[in-house]
Amino acid sequence: MGKKRLFKATRYHSGPGDYIFDVFNYTFMVFLCVVMLYPFLNQMAVSLNDANDSIKGGIFLWPREFTWANYQHVFGEASIIQSFVISVLRTLIGTLTSVLGTAMVAYTISRKDFVFKKFVTIAFVLTMYFNGGLIPNYLLIKELNLLDSFWVYILPGIIGVFNLIVIRSFIEGIPESLFESAKIDGAGDFTIFIKIVLPLSMPVLATVSLFVAVYQWNSWFDVFLYNSSVPELSTLQYELMKILQNSNASMSGKTAADAFASSNSSANSVTPTSIRATMTIIASLPIIMVYPFLQKYFVKGLTLGGVKG
Amino acid sequence: MQMESRVTEEGIDTSILVQPKKSKEIFIKKMMTQKALIAMSFPFLIWLFIFKYIPLWGWSIAFQDFKPAKSLLDQEWIGLEHFKFLFTDPNFYRVLRNTLGMSTINLVLGFVTAIGLALLLNEIRHAKFKKLVQTISYMPHFISWVVAASIISYSLSLDNGIVNIVLLKLGIVDEPILWLGKETWFWGINGVSDIWKNVGWNTIIYLAAITMIDPEQYEAADIDGATRLQRIRYITLPSLKPTIIILMIMNLGYILESGFEAQYLLGNPLNLAYSENLDIYVLKYGISLGNFSLATAAGIFKTVVSFIFLFTANHIAKRFDQPRLF
Repeated sequence: MGKKRLFKATRYHSGPGDYIFDVFNYTFMVFLCVVMLYPFLNQMAVSLNDANDSIKGGIFLWPREFTWANYQHVFGEASIIQSFVISVLRTLIGTLTSVLGTAMVAYTISRKDFVFKKFVTIAFVLTMYFNGGLIPNYLLIKELNLLDSFWVYILPGIIGVFNLIVIRSFIEGIPESLFESAKIDGAGDFTIFIKIVLPLSMPVLATVSLFVAVYQWNSWFDVFLYNSSVPELSTLQYELMKILQNSNASMSGKTAADAFASSNSSANSVTPTSIRATMTIIASLPIIMVYPFLQKYFVKGLTLGGVKG
Repeated sequence: MQMESRVTEEGIDTSILVQPKKSKEIFIKKMMTQKALIAMSFPFLIWLFIFKYIPLWGWSIAFQDFKPAKSLLDQEWIGLEHFKFLFTDPNFYRVLRNTLGMSTINLVLGFVTAIGLALLLNEIRHAKFKKLVQTISYMPHFISWVVAASIISYSLSLDNGIVNIVLLKLGIVDEPILWLGKETWFWGINGVSDIWKNVGWNTIIYLAAITMIDPEQYEAADIDGATRLQRIRYITLPSLKPTIIILMIMNLGYILESGFEAQYLLGNPLNLAYSENLDIYVLKYGISLGNFSLATAAGIFKTVVSFIFLFTANHIAKRFDQPRLF
């Protein structure tokens, strides 16, 4: 250790080239952060700026004529509230069922003495390498009568194989002696799972919860494919996607006779651009506020799955 | 000593227990004590069978003249007709070209930028600054493609887009460019969008591999008076080689998965000729036009080619004695 510290002092800046490198590197990192953050902060400024004023342009990081009107308008739409509720519901229910189910299977295949360990593991891992494809999956959902239903958001994704491997790797790291002493105390396999495995696996479960929650919150394609004829089952992302498609079709946001914005534009207080910016912020803010707090966990979880999977 | 005792132990075991019939009994006995484990995993096996294995059976409709109104057993078999149509359809070659073009760009750019960023991040000494940069660079990964596409198309827009504003200010262009209206630029725009979204996230695995490097290597390099760039070139980068190769093989298996959401959401009538890829083709024929059989045939083509790529890459890695997937 002492040796290491000694070298740390001399390790950097052994010549002018190293200074140049550092200047370049730090400048680049700042530039990178600007590129990553600016488009998002800009949308936020537009969403908080008066819609008609935004048309003049020149809104960068800060609103010029501050207003909540865009948010009031968006949250005044019953269909948006409805889609927000569905987004929240599918995220909560989807995450809970998926994490519990995946942890359960992961626990069984982490047990070395489980007689079907190999069979179950292979059956799941094989599905990583093939996929029925869009149409057969669509026909399956149709045959199962899951079209136009909320459960099409939950059932097909209960177990993710990557998550399964991540959780299994973690459980395998729990000392065997804990299980053995619990068994001596008369605990069954299910009790061990609830009382020992779940509490001790919290870091990895937090990671997987984040992955699943992000997936659920961000999904729009299953809404589009299976539930597009049922407005009550729409999600926030799908609503935003429809607005985006409208402005794409006309290629110029301004001339888009966006049905949504004009629906109650008696005072003309909103424009397609301001609505889009507002929806963008609403659809992304919940996740952006959560993920930094879980960074430590997901970095570890991803590495665990990457190495062992 | 240990060996001997094990032999005697096993000797006793085999003489009494390990006979074919008996081992079956042990298995059943063991199974009976593991009822809870079976109850915890088998319902999910049924789920797996229904949602992952049954759709494979759906591949058969690629060889049928599939009519949704008829039951699955009454369909008319027509052999390879749909594949024949597929390989004579000029649209199919166009979407195939777009798919390969975009996934190659994404693959190469994705690797180079992620490795480059990981190497540069590793050279940052202020731990707090490094963590802040990492956190910010992960952000676009967590937002949906819908949000990303909305942000990107706004940034590229004619009148208020930041890209045009900056280029005009710098005097690089004289008038704003309709970025998403230039069809031949779509592959590049798609590639840059993909990097913007995922480069930070993709550094995680490389940074993890870098932490496994023995610090003594760097110390020895310091004694030899190596510069920063030399240490990156001769120590860090070579240590990443196994990780890079494994990821490369895995990604080659996805060569026909150029992504779907970015192309679908950033695509518009002006850039359609270059933005439509295989997945959009399948969606268009299958869901919009109702030709389930043709769409499934295109899907099968995709899966088979992916497998060939994956196995070839793996085989080449094996030939050259490199780490491999399986």
